[in-house]
Amino acid sequence: MKLPVKMTINDQSYSHEVEPRLLLVHYIRETVGLTGTHVGCDTSQCGACTILMNGQAVKACNFFAVQADGANIMTIEGLAKDGELHPIQMGFWEKHGLQCGFCTPGMIMSVYQMLERYPKPSEELIRHQLEGNLCRCTGYHNIVKAIEWAAEHMPAKK
Amino acid sequence: MYPAAFDYHAPSSVKEALELLGKHKDDAKLLAGGHSLIPMMKLRLAQPKHLIDLRKVPGLSGIKQDGNMLAIGAMTTHWEVESSALVKSKLAVLSETAALIGDPAVRNRGTVGGSIAHADPAADYPAAMIALGAEMVCEGAKGRRTVKVDDWFKGLMTTAVGEDEILVEVRVPVLPASSGAAYLKFPHPASRFAVVGVAAAVTLDGKGMCSKASVGVTGAGTKAIRAKGVEAGCAGKKLDAAAIEAAASKAAEGVDVQADLQGSVEYKSHLCRVFAKRALTEAVKRAGG
Repeated sequence: MKLPVKMTINDQSYSHEVEPRLLLVHYIRETVGLTGTHVGCDTSQCGACTILMNGQAVKACNFFAVQADGANIMTIEGLAKDGELHPIQMGFWEKHGLQCGFCTPGMIMSVYQMLERYPKPSEELIRHQLEGNLCRCTGYHNIVKAIEWAAEHMPAKK
Repeated sequence: MYPAAFDYHAPSSVKEALELLGKHKDDAKLLAGGHSLIPMMKLRLAQPKHLIDLRKVPGLSGIKQDGNMLAIGAMTTHWEVESSALVKSKLAVLSETAALIGDPAVRNRGTVGGSIAHADPAADYPAAMIALGAEMVCEGAKGRRTVKVDDWFKGLMTTAVGEDEILVEVRVPVLPASSGAAYLKFPHPASRFAVVGVAAAVTLDGKGMCSKASVGVTGAGTKAIRAKGVEAGCAGKKLDAAAIEAAASKAAEGVDVQADLQGSVEYKSHLCRVFAKRALTEAVKRAGG
């Protein structure tokens, strides 16, 4: 039994018929074709699949596409505007906040929510807020620096 | 990892959800935040033929004060509890407990009712609910009934909720005057589940003696459990470091401590005692003792 789903991803509207068991991350990657969102552990621990749904960070490997019917989603592809990297992306660039880069899309989407909630985070808070995103290369030090850089360069809230 | 195929339902009232539950019985599972159920479905440990998603049912989320209780809708997320100004001001330990669950993305989706109804033996809320003396409100075709926390957790992932009922609200009493409470845990480094977690709530009398101690342990056994030996060890005592140490030494008594990938029975029993001591110490401090 397929069900219709309709959602907005990166300001574009998508409608498909999907099996209820289709996970949101596979819907995004394979049905819609946005492969920036990664599948890491597939057990909701590593955070590589993190996207924003209605403004909140969600692990898309632990969510069915049918549950997202009507939702507004942003993936890593929705962050840069007109070819300009978002300050969080710039932070990861400037501070070398990645090595292999596999965890980076999920990291960045989690950081997006982190800086919405805590615009000026301490190092301790950053490390706690990153509990749901595993990186096996960097030891996190440069990721923390990247986030601190991003926090300083985020545009002031209107 | 793909779950087995299922039919998806998104009812728009508790009544409609109950009808679906009544129709499909054991073939159906209720879906709240899905952060316990969906991983189990992906591993095919759970293969429900019907999934009844409660996300469109109005009135199941939100936190309000009702007399000396906080009434928390079952679909309220951990993040809502963590960030609630009402919870922070009336029962800070509950907000702190929520903030220790999983990680920020998990807390955005996971729900109070889902956690309490799923009754994972390593979940955080159960210990706090035992220490705080919570009540669960279940709704069935015949109406609502309330179950006290001591009658709630029956065994491994088994609770008092009937197969034809839905947990709709969790009611948690605010602490009386001269009380303090704390929940502390040893988290698994990847999942953040409690290897062992202990919640303690302490009330002191006018002379600074413990008039009531309530202690819940999670992670150690097959279900969260009240540490009666610790509570008895605290009652009527001036809870200084020595008294806390003596009371906390009973923390693993009566707990069916299970060896697992995280540790042996001996190791986890030790963690029970260590975290009982730390939680009691913090609770007494907060009570002004």
